[in-house]
Amino acid sequence: MTAKLRAPGFYRAAWLMVGAVGFATLITWLVRMSTGHTTFTHYLSGDAILTVSLLAVPISFLIGIGGFDYWYYWATGRPTRPEDHSGHGAHTWRDYFRINTDHKVIGIQYTVNSFFFLLVGGLLAMLMRAQLAQPGSHFVSANTYNGLFSVHATILIFLFIIPVFAGLGNFVIPLMIGAPDMAFPRLNALSFWLLPVAGAIMLLSFLAPGGAFADGWTAYAPLSDQAPIGQTFFAIAVQFAGASSIMTALNFLVTIITMRAPGMSFFRLPLLVWANFATSLLVVIATPFIAASQFFVLLDRALGFNFFNAAKGGDVLMYQHVFWFYSHPAVYIMILPGFGIISEIIAVKARKPIFGYRMMAFSLLAIVGLGFTVWAHHMFTSGMANWIRIPMAITTSIIAVPTGIKVFSWLATLWRGVLRLDTPMLFALGFLTTFTLGGISGVMLAMIPFDIDVSSTYFIVAHIHYVLFGGSLMTIFAGVYYWFPKMTGRMYDERLGKWHFWTTFVFMNLTFGPMHIAGLQGMPRRVATYAAKFADINLFISIASFALGLSTLIFVYNMINSWRGGPKAVANPWRGMTLEWQVSSPPPIFNFDRVPTVVGGPYEYGVPGAVHGILTPPTPATVGAGSGMARAPSQ
Amino acid sequence: MSRQRSLTLALVAGVIAIALGILLSYEIRWFPVQASAQARNTDHLYHVLVIATIPIFVLVVGVILYCVWQFRMKPGEELKDGPPIHGNTRLEVFWTALPSVLLLSMVGYSFVVLHDNEKKPAHEIQIGVTGQQFFWSFQYPPSVTGGAPINSYKLYLPDNESVYFNMRSKDVIHAFYIPAFRLQEDVVPGITTHYLATPDRVGNYVAECNLLCGVGHSLMRTTVHVVTPEQFQAWIKSQLALSSSSSNTAGGAGGGTSG
Repeated sequence: MTAKLRAPGFYRAAWLMVGAVGFATLITWLVRMSTGHTTFTHYLSGDAILTVSLLAVPISFLIGIGGFDYWYYWATGRPTRPEDHSGHGAHTWRDYFRINTDHKVIGIQYTVNSFFFLLVGGLLAMLMRAQLAQPGSHFVSANTYNGLFSVHATILIFLFIIPVFAGLGNFVIPLMIGAPDMAFPRLNALSFWLLPVAGAIMLLSFLAPGGAFADGWTAYAPLSDQAPIGQTFFAIAVQFAGASSIMTALNFLVTIITMRAPGMSFFRLPLLVWANFATSLLVVIATPFIAASQFFVLLDRALGFNFFNAAKGGDVLMYQHVFWFYSHPAVYIMILPGFGIISEIIAVKARKPIFGYRMMAFSLLAIVGLGFTVWAHHMFTSGMANWIRIPMAITTSIIAVPTGIKVFSWLATLWRGVLRLDTPMLFALGFLTTFTLGGISGVMLAMIPFDIDVSSTYFIVAHIHYVLFGGSLMTIFAGVYYWFPKMTGRMYDERLGKWHFWTTFVFMNLTFGPMHIAGLQGMPRRVATYAAKFADINLFISIASFALGLSTLIFVYNMINSWRGGPKAVANPWRGMTLEWQVSSPPPIFNFDRVPTVVGGPYEYGVPGAVHGILTPPTPATVGAGSGMARAPSQ
Repeated sequence: MSRQRSLTLALVAGVIAIALGILLSYEIRWFPVQASAQARNTDHLYHVLVIATIPIFVLVVGVILYCVWQFRMKPGEELKDGPPIHGNTRLEVFWTALPSVLLLSMVGYSFVVLHDNEKKPAHEIQIGVTGQQFFWSFQYPPSVTGGAPINSYKLYLPDNESVYFNMRSKDVIHAFYIPAFRLQEDVVPGITTHYLATPDRVGNYVAECNLLCGVGHSLMRTTVHVVTPEQFQAWIKSQLALSSSSSNTAGGAGGGTSG
């Protein structure tokens, strides 16, 4: 029993977490006593203990499951256990609930965990639409409703879209570049385990006194300064989710720069790798800003720093600038990897090389650069200095150009191809349609007078859902279907996949399309009830949204059923050229039993005799040459 | 069907779709009633944007549908690949340059509208707006009332007169939004924000808080009464009478918060 309590795992995590609560109680008691509280009851403050616990408990959980063991042994000078790779691979479902350094296991952990939160976030949306089905409804209270949409957005952004792309990237990128694993496997494992921690904090906020955080995912100060303790859950959960993002992005950057197979030059990289490279640059540069914004709020709340208290010289608008300096690039963090997925699928399914490969890569980098120059377009009506609107409107319009280049290049790739209209391709084509609509409404919103009218109305809700649902989620579904055979070694059910696409596509448009009109008519967003004239359109939206929710069940059933008992997948069911399709499904534990050498571009479809990579059986000579570029991860 | 013929057919269908789209854009009642000079400009801008973007959307969807129609894999083509076209520099330059020009001209036009909407008028009246959880109050300074300042929970505006709102918040951020005017601006603690509106239609319109301000946010609504100048003066007189009759209480509060 003591061995179990000392070994890394959930037992050790459990007693450490209890200890962390004790620590939080003790430290807040000591500090409050030493700073002059006079009566015993004042020494113990529930909010103070909770705030410190929210930081201490997750960290002790991560220590408990063994996230820091190796580094701890190394830092204290004890003998470290050299990685024998015995932990690689997953043999039973239980292996997915342990610290595991295999990028393929982590990729699946990431993806499944993210889809769990997709279902939770979607369920919250269903509850919101139930409340909004008619005006003056009392399905939930206004405070609960505000909590529902805040947690809905926060979970789907920080626990679904951002990490699910990191999950797919985690699985696919090392395979695509011919590497045996990620550059930092232990960091990779830790970055995954930060996510369920962040998600648990967000969901547990519903149990907090005063309810869940209810100030929107934007958590504008000073409202968030004054909100009940639930807001602290948000401020801290974002730190854990953000730390996870940064770790993974660093890992991707180093992996892509240093671990490419021999011959894999940057301009032979599949565009998914380019897309994740660009995304990781955004994440590493931008994410510290949201961390800062939430630390400001946390310090305001817990210790009265008055960063955003105007009466004490605080600057309310500064919160918005710092917040959007992350959160606008975050929009690109949530779509660029999707662009990569679409490029992979369209090339393979249209059987043609990507049209204008280099422009596709450069437009990603252009979006990275321009992405940092547009943040204040979220603040056209914020009361900031008027002149800032002008340059921000220009850059906001211009950033549509590289996005347009990508759309036109995809269309040109389809042209004269031999199109396979299976599920991944349907989602890719659906994405092109709905994302174009989201892009068009985005360009409209760059026009300041129009934005002054519809800012913060349902037009914005429609726009972001066309971009995040019609854009990101469509690419995610496309990618999951596309790599499902590689990840699980099984084929999904094509008929159900098509049903899933058509129900999603139709009801998505029926749900979010009418929201444009509601917004133009002046319906504010984030309202628990609305004027009677919006009753019909909201009832329609609610009914469509329930159908949209049900369509997800087709997907869930298909995934679970196919994973358990689908037909075995061959190594390369799509006849793809990129390296992940040249190994078995699922791939061998160290990815490449034979050493890959890259000799050509990734999308040379239709070129007679073209090959992207050659796999050669390891001979002593090639092992030496190969390990120079694609060395084993943990030496 | 020959490639030539299918392309012609697609082109005709595309043109018809664009024409139908533009016609439809005239038929849809996008907005609530226009009640300010700014609303007319903004609605016009919106309609121009819609008309400019319909061809782009039809182009994208048209190409997708045409490809699905003409290039989908037929039985027996399971191992067939498309032609190895890697790109076309001229085409790529074209679809970089043309959207840039289009976007910059749209944003240029929006700046013209913005300038018109915010141009300082020859004459304007100034009214204070105070937001607090979860209601609005309005301060009429002596320059408007011709007597003591008025603090009111009702907003009356004279028709065809430019109004410059000076807005302050007592607690958190609100946004003062009048959809019929197509105008809003955040009301931010610590600073005074402004906007200019020129109501030009008599009637009652909704003014609502458009930035989440807490549990009562969705009910933070009031009515804007746009009335003729004579009715406006009459209303001012009645308010002045009201505040003097209730002596220090209402009038004192008005004086304390105006500005």
